[in-house]
Amino acid sequence: MKAPVHLEAERPAALFRTPHSALRTPAIPTVDQVMVEERATAFTKRSIKTSAKLAGLKIVVSMMDLTTLEGKDTPGKVAYLCRKALQPADPKYGVPHCAAVCIYPNMVKYARKFLGENSHVRVASVATAFPSGQYPLRTKLDEVRRAVADGADEIDMVINRCAFLSGDSAKMFDEIAATKEACGPAHLKVILETGELVTYDNVRLASEIAMQAGANFIKTSTGKVSPAATIPVTLVMLEAIRDYFFDTGIRIGMKPAGGIRNAKQALHYLVMVKETLGDDWLTPDLFRFGASTLVNDVLMQIAKTVDGNYQGPDYFSLP
Amino acid sequence: MKTKSTALKFVRRVSPAKLQNGHPVVPLRERRLVFGDRWDYAPAPEESKNYVIPPRHELFIGGKFLKPHSGKHFDSINPATEDKITEIALGDAEDVNIAVKAARRAYEKVWSKMPGRERGKYLYRIARIIQEKMRELAVLESMDGGKPIKETRDVDLPLVAAHFFYHGGWADKLNYAFPGRNLQPLGVAGQIIPWNFPLLMAAWKIAPAIACGNTVVIKPSKTTSLTLLRLAQIFQEAELPEGVVNVVTGVGETGTAIVQHPDVNKIAFTGSTEVGKQLAQMVVGTGKRITLELGGKAANIIFEDAPIDQAIEGIIAGIYFNMGHVCCAGSRLLVQESIFPKVVHKLRDRIQTLRIGNPLDKNTDIGAINNKPQLEKIRELVQSGVDEGAELVQPRCTLPERGYWYPPTFLTGVTASHRVAQEEIFGPVLAVMTFRTPEEAVERANNTPYGLSAGVWTDKGSKIFKIVNKLRAGVVWANTFNKFDPTSPFGGYKESGFGREGGVQGLAAYCRLG
Repeated sequence: MKAPVHLEAERPAALFRTPHSALRTPAIPTVDQVMVEERATAFTKRSIKTSAKLAGLKIVVSMMDLTTLEGKDTPGKVAYLCRKALQPADPKYGVPHCAAVCIYPNMVKYARKFLGENSHVRVASVATAFPSGQYPLRTKLDEVRRAVADGADEIDMVINRCAFLSGDSAKMFDEIAATKEACGPAHLKVILETGELVTYDNVRLASEIAMQAGANFIKTSTGKVSPAATIPVTLVMLEAIRDYFFDTGIRIGMKPAGGIRNAKQALHYLVMVKETLGDDWLTPDLFRFGASTLVNDVLMQIAKTVDGNYQGPDYFSLP
Repeated sequence: MKTKSTALKFVRRVSPAKLQNGHPVVPLRERRLVFGDRWDYAPAPEESKNYVIPPRHELFIGGKFLKPHSGKHFDSINPATEDKITEIALGDAEDVNIAVKAARRAYEKVWSKMPGRERGKYLYRIARIIQEKMRELAVLESMDGGKPIKETRDVDLPLVAAHFFYHGGWADKLNYAFPGRNLQPLGVAGQIIPWNFPLLMAAWKIAPAIACGNTVVIKPSKTTSLTLLRLAQIFQEAELPEGVVNVVTGVGETGTAIVQHPDVNKIAFTGSTEVGKQLAQMVVGTGKRITLELGGKAANIIFEDAPIDQAIEGIIAGIYFNMGHVCCAGSRLLVQESIFPKVVHKLRDRIQTLRIGNPLDKNTDIGAINNKPQLEKIRELVQSGVDEGAELVQPRCTLPERGYWYPPTFLTGVTASHRVAQEEIFGPVLAVMTFRTPEEAVERANNTPYGLSAGVWTDKGSKIFKIVNKLRAGVVWANTFNKFDPTSPFGGYKESGFGREGGVQGLAAYCRLG
């Protein structure tokens, strides 16, 4: 393979490394707050009924990263989560398995054990001093390596917001690139924590940096900061993914996380993906939902659509 | 631990590709977005069965529905299906005369003597009833005019109510609108409105007129009379005094009869520049006041420092809103040459996601073309663009077999000398042109006989202020497009007409200022 050498030379990564070459940075598009929020609202006006609702909700389940990220997590709790991810509902509903379970590094080995080596449900671990990221890089990389060694298929890292907000984009870039290297075969999701970046322009710039530094997915939030995922913030990131795809030919995935609690909201996100990036992104390979309580609301709606009546929450197993 | 091969299998959708930093790379020529049916929306029609449309509609004169003098009616067609919806009375000069007399009587005996605070109560009452019946009116508007329910429900009707509320607020405060001036109503206002926003245009005309103490004889367009007649029922329900608003349906001659009637004091017309010029000639020397809101060929200017993805939305809102049947539509796109390929690429993708079809479906973005002659005009103008060398871009889509339809379209390779860059198309057709410098953008934007509206897209605030002050257009939007509000005056320069509607300025069109 001789191509990579050439590609490395082209890699836009260098643009963030030195102030001198920063002069030649292709302009990162700005974002207009009013219009992006207006467009985001338009997605929520789509009316998703009957067959479209059922099909959409099943896609939502298949894209779900079932999440537990608490200090009180135990192997027992992770077992609940893993089983729920493998079989979210009664087989008569034809609901697919979830995409992944998302857990703390210490829980990875248990999840691997409960899911088995060749599970369709993937093990995603948060890492790099989640959720704050305020630890030395060496510690963070060590954490990533251990999680991967324990069997994590995917690593959800947090960006160095300290570096980003103090203007040191290069440092943020280098940390992501180093984490990507530490991941080895595992996929890397980069959490921007958009609730701390606040402006859409920041979100757009952070997305670009994360993608150029090697992210497989970009992700909105840790779920520990409010606001977490919102439709306009996700739209800004999808637009960044779209431009990056046309520029490089690389399809980056998207994961909104936190704050998506009901089936209707989830369908709004699906509408947004369909109308922004098209069919190719309507797959768990390229779109995920990070959520803990969403799953049973979606299942409740699926059961209602199939059976014609609502069931109480006790008819759906807790994750 | 997973093996590397498993990790690669996970991104199986991407076929033979080079890897960069572990990512598969799609070759340049295969980089495209697919807006297909991997997950499609099911039909979601708005409920319409519950709204019964009477088979025949009469004139609304003196607070009552009266048969036309001629006894003649004409068919009203649903442009999405070509089915007949109802019959509408054909008013003639005699009917207009009766209506003007009723309006004069109401003006002299009741309306001009009524204190402003009492007039305001009627406007508020009308606004509230409109809000209550919003869904019904939206459905009727969509059936009658082909407009998507999404727009009638979320744009037209809320604005209709807002105009009555806003002008209701002015009715008892008119002395504060023009401090130091003595303000008197004009008398009977003759109003002629177009088919693109039937109810909204009626609200724009009626609300300020009656708020200021005038009475009204109004004629809707031949193709869209239904909702104005439903509004007349609302006037009855609100117990608006008889004759304050009279609706005479009909054709062009009916409108001419209103304009030529000697006892009409003021003419307000929204429609084509051609008709507007004729009406202006008719009132010369009669002492009648006239305001005209006519055609447009607005420039939507996209600078290279614009927020591009949002500008694309602004382009879409500018030209495909209401199938482009908008006098202030951003029908000339002026793109800075440096970003031209990018904008065209994004626009091409974006129009593929627009949904065309049943106007009553809640997911429809583009409804039916309002009437057949208009559809033919759009086809003829687009053909002229192609004949003159422009490149046609349309989405892949199937249009319904019955009804009047035209897909969202844009033309590239257009120059200022193309017909499609000069003439108002009044359809979902955008002419895309380029410019190099801000000076050239202004020059090209102003290079039209029209001057109704314009749009500017840049992230640089100082540039916005510099440009908007040089644009000869009545309304200029910055980083947005097609935004309307009753507080904001609307109207044009040059062949787009004169006079303003909305805001304090709009009141001046219905008052004599002493």
